[in-house]
Amino acid sequence: MKIQKINELLNAEVVCGEITNDSEIALAFASDLMSEVLTIKKDGIVLLTGLCTIQAIRTAEMSDIHCIIFVRGKKVSEEMIELANENNIILLECQYSMFKASGILYSEGVQPVY
Amino acid sequence: MHLQYELEGGNFTKAGFASSEIKKVLKQLNVDAKTIKRIVVSSYEAEVNIVAHAFSGIINAWIDNEKIVLHFNDKGPGIPDIEMAMQTGYSTASPAVREMGFGAGMGLPNIKNNVDLLEISSEVNKGTLVKITIGLTPEMN
Repeated sequence: MKIQKINELLNAEVVCGEITNDSEIALAFASDLMSEVLTIKKDGIVLLTGLCTIQAIRTAEMSDIHCIIFVRGKKVSEEMIELANENNIILLECQYSMFKASGILYSEGVQPVY
Repeated sequence: MHLQYELEGGNFTKAGFASSEIKKVLKQLNVDAKTIKRIVVSSYEAEVNIVAHAFSGIINAWIDNEKIVLHFNDKGPGIPDIEMAMQTGYSTASPAVREMGFGAGMGLPNIKNNVDLLEISSEVNKGTLVKITIGLTPEMN
């Protein structure tokens, strides 16, 4: 699914990065636990999280995750945007709960990691 | 090639900086993406462990054509029971570490899953040395 479509479905706001036509993902993973995210070996995933810290960006950097959706209305900091920019990571802010955001993406065909 | 980074215990803002730098070097050396991911995920987990548990630490990385060797050497409380620390779910992390999305007892087991060689030695009230080796060529993987 195109990240642009995800953005529309979740009524989200792009706060870092530019969504191009090439920005596409097939899999999603939802967690507030970065240790869990770091165990995922698959590529091309989008991360849904309510953990709005610099470590969420670092975890994405190490895991080759190119898009993070911050749920529950979390607001990213300038520091997070700066680090995400350096690593070409797209950041979206979404008001929905993790359950609602995950449910919408799942029902529209985004696949789970496992 | 030899790289060295100093770490400060408790400074979560900087946690990941060294692993990020190592990633940049490996990309420049054209190491394949899957191998880089195994290396930097292991490195980042070990880096977070030092920031979470120790007072200070040093990362040394040696890279040659065949492998990367990483030593994570910290001054800190040490690990009284390494076998227990290797068990998934066992953690002594503080609430502050858990708030950062870590401290679930998954770090050391995840390192073990990603590396070719892992050695841990520790002395209580002195510190811990974690040694990691990962092959850079398909034969070693």
